[in-house]
Amino acid sequence: MPIRLRVEGLSAKRGEDLIFHDISFVLAAGEALIVTGPNGSGKSTLLRVLAGLLAAESGTVRLDDTAVDFGHPRELCHYLGHCNAMKRELTVAENLSFWKSFMGDSPGGSGIGIEEATEALGLGGISHLPFGYLSAGQQRRMAMAKLLVAHRPVWLLDEPTAALDAAADRMFAGLVERHLAAGGIAVAATHQPLGVDARELRMTGFAGVAA
Amino acid sequence: MISLFLRDLRLAMRAGGGALIGVLFFMTVVAVVPFAVGPDLNLLSRIGPAILWIGALLASLLGLDRLFQAEREDGSLDLMLMQEAPLVLTVLVKCLAHWTATGLPLVIAAPLLGLFMNMSEVAIGATMLTLLVGTPAITFIGAAGAAVVVTLPRGGLLVSILVLPLAIPVLIFGVSAAYAAVQDPLRFCRPCSSCWPLRCSSPSSAP
Repeated sequence: MPIRLRVEGLSAKRGEDLIFHDISFVLAAGEALIVTGPNGSGKSTLLRVLAGLLAAESGTVRLDDTAVDFGHPRELCHYLGHCNAMKRELTVAENLSFWKSFMGDSPGGSGIGIEEATEALGLGGISHLPFGYLSAGQQRRMAMAKLLVAHRPVWLLDEPTAALDAAADRMFAGLVERHLAAGGIAVAATHQPLGVDARELRMTGFAGVAA
Repeated sequence: MISLFLRDLRLAMRAGGGALIGVLFFMTVVAVVPFAVGPDLNLLSRIGPAILWIGALLASLLGLDRLFQAEREDGSLDLMLMQEAPLVLTVLVKCLAHWTATGLPLVIAAPLLGLFMNMSEVAIGATMLTLLVGTPAITFIGAAGAAVVVTLPRGGLLVSILVLPLAIPVLIFGVSAAYAAVQDPLRFCRPCSSCWPLRCSSPSSAP
């Protein structure tokens, strides 16, 4: 049975304030969800709740996959947040090989090699440089290479294309499309159109949520 | 997990990693004591193990605040929390790597500094051995403090203040074991073995 992400009646608080409430959606394999909305409307909070990094006030996040035995849905997720999660002092190759072996592959797929991944992001041949030497856009693209070196069926992307030029934007859309075609799921919070066929969830902030 | 250990070691060795800051601090503290106390060799050799232990304790508290904070700032902590590997194991490996990079050099530097303090071979050996047993305990206890202040921008001093009272038993057992070795070698084992439970129980409480 293909994987399915099922979210029911999700609400979350930051401090005392309810950021969003009663969000429900189901994503089947190969589907993507784009989360849009103004700043502070709770896009990042929603993604962090999905990633299991924040506790939900109410509601559930479930991954239906009878083929795989896992503890928590977050173990099958990639989370690309605002920070790149790469060490400036280490080279790109050291960073990527660490994450590749530390994360390992989820069942049902395998990550590609480090050189292949940097090639796929159009940055082949500079993986020997310290991560701190790269420009902001290059750093972001190298952080995306993490998505490729370890296989995860669900990608949670928080403003993935900030700091990217138009060409890199299209390339990333291609990566997401390939991931979806292979039976993956993607949830992306973004201001710019991602260039991928996807459903849209509009967050309206404290006033409530319209799906 | 081996990759996490190697990565943390590598980070500690690279620029800004601060692996050697602790040793330099240790050397500075111990090296100024003879100047302050004066050239009384008997006194120096008597207080030697205690001074080495105080220096090592303060030096090992020095870099503790960055143990988890650096990971949090660049987002790595989020990814580590999401993995299948149990969090206890991740914390344990990070502590071991931190100790190897900052605690082990202290143990290795101790004999040299023991000469500064006019300590006998037995006292130097005993102090080194107690440091080898005791400094991991300080790291493990310190990890709990480092976890508490992970979100605070200037947590370094706070970690020391939080951890120091908890690390006092390690200091007491370590120094008394070193003294016991000099005065009565048969009594060495008791305080030294008292360090072990401290060291073994601390990782379980750290996360």
